[in-house]
Amino acid sequence: MNWTIFGIWLGALLSLSLYSFLYKDNPFYKFAEHLFVGMSAGYWVIYTIKNVLIPNWWENLLPAEGGMQPIWLIPGILGIFMVLRIVPKLASLSRMSLSLIVGTGAGLTMTAMFQTNALAQVNGTIVALGQGGGWFNWVSNIIMVTGVVCGLVYFFFSKAHTGIVGRTANVGITILMVAFGASFGYTVMARISLLIGQTQFLLFEWLPTMGIHL
Amino acid sequence: MRRILFVLPLLVFTGVIFAQSGGIASGDDGDCFIQSLTAEDAPNDAGGGIDLTWTVSAHVTEPDSIVLERLDEDGVWSSIGTILPVDGSRTDEELSNGQEYTYRLVSFYGGIPGALSVEAGAVPKKQWIHTGRIGMLILLTIISLVIFYFIEQGKRGKDLYIRRIAGLTAVEDAVGRATEMGRPVLYIPGIMDMDDIQTIASMVILGRVAMKTAEYGSSLLVPTCRAVVMSVAQETVKESYLQMGRPDAYQKGNINYITDDQFGYAAGVDGIMIREKPAAIFMLGTFYAESLILAETGRSVGAIQIAGTAMPSQIPFFIAACDYTLIGEELFAASAYLSKEPKLLGSLRGQDVAKLFFMIVIVIGVLAATIGEAWGPAARVSDFLKTITSVG
Repeated sequence: MNWTIFGIWLGALLSLSLYSFLYKDNPFYKFAEHLFVGMSAGYWVIYTIKNVLIPNWWENLLPAEGGMQPIWLIPGILGIFMVLRIVPKLASLSRMSLSLIVGTGAGLTMTAMFQTNALAQVNGTIVALGQGGGWFNWVSNIIMVTGVVCGLVYFFFSKAHTGIVGRTANVGITILMVAFGASFGYTVMARISLLIGQTQFLLFEWLPTMGIHL
Repeated sequence: MRRILFVLPLLVFTGVIFAQSGGIASGDDGDCFIQSLTAEDAPNDAGGGIDLTWTVSAHVTEPDSIVLERLDEDGVWSSIGTILPVDGSRTDEELSNGQEYTYRLVSFYGGIPGALSVEAGAVPKKQWIHTGRIGMLILLTIISLVIFYFIEQGKRGKDLYIRRIAGLTAVEDAVGRATEMGRPVLYIPGIMDMDDIQTIASMVILGRVAMKTAEYGSSLLVPTCRAVVMSVAQETVKESYLQMGRPDAYQKGNINYITDDQFGYAAGVDGIMIREKPAAIFMLGTFYAESLILAETGRSVGAIQIAGTAMPSQIPFFIAACDYTLIGEELFAASAYLSKEPKLLGSLRGQDVAKLFFMIVIVIGVLAATIGEAWGPAARVSDFLKTITSVG
């Protein structure tokens, strides 16, 4: 059996099954969807065990050089608490693990968010308006600084968007929308390239297996 | 006052740590192509790193190659890399903390080792405080204190105004529409785990949406991309149904895990949209490339869609395909808006003050930088503001 041809046919049929969703929901799409979801779920279970659970917990609990590190029993116990959700009487124990995850997540993210979403942005916006020289850089820098300041005013929640605040916020949201429009166009171009890639696969790899050469 | 007493020792401790420095060892040699080699503990890390810096001579014949060597535990020199014959630096990583490491550079002429550089050694250490982030620590402490102040004000009953957010006033309409049409409400909490701040914000909003579905008696479907998110969503929805006095209406099976795979999840949720035909779809959380796939499918089934994310690259897709979109921080303000809890409103007011502070910093900084091109003192003001907002 030629496994390369088999792989091309499998890929092509599954691609066409998924594309059939553009017409309407049908058994081919359902089959491809369930296959995709089931296989990916199974894959992630094995991936998590092999790349997260074993190296990050098991190998720390029982290192290769011997002995047991009892401190690593704590995350193990918290993990068991999560699994105990399937036992109704003990399900509430999982709240301890969940609260630890949510609290740690919020705490760790706070500094990272403040660093990247606040300080780095402010730091990058503090520029001399004439930086770079030439009228184009002057205009660019003025638009950038105005956009940031007016955008910040739009995200003021404790002040009604009326009067001068409203007008400034309108400038802010207008600049944001222009930026979103540019981002939309850029991303759509990337998606189109994905479509072209898949179409090329069907036209130049799959069709030739049936003797059709374009 | 107690908070200030807590913060003061923290700042003092920061200063003490700021003063600490790693060992430096260096040497120089006038006859060798490598003029000097310096080794010092890499600053602001969790240990395991040594920074090496060297300079070369312009008056000695340039070698064909230079090999950086490290003395191992057995007293044998082993190569850790080849460098270009110019001044340079490199960080040797994954070393053991507290152990001294010695380095040297060997110049090769026609494949034959020539003069050796002087040896330099250092001991890698871990630092508790990243000195490049002292400015961030101080600003974050001040902003936290402001937020605490407004939370306290909120708790004391001070009326804290919050402006209207269009997407959130539509929540009730969306759930009401689903009830009238006899169709379910679909809530998609993004594709990231519970350590993501947007997912955490999404869970808070889910709680309010669940209260509405419990009140109206609509069915609520929550497919999740992460097992932990499923558990938190189940707890959140259950709590909301209990609060509304409808524990009997809570359906644990409606909040399920699909797969961790991004597009597997998108395919699964698309299938749910097509088969269950929800009347209202909420997409609130962190989304990536699947955002438009989900939003377009939701639109095709005629659902009223309310989306929100702080992912700048995905917001345009939601704006294009959804009825209402919460842009960026509106997602985080949503929980305060929907609950009107004084604690959350106070926090929101504190964040607004922080935004005002940063606006002032930007305006002063830009003016000072612009004037500073011609007048020195203004440039110093701009430099100071850039320093306190820099991230190491």
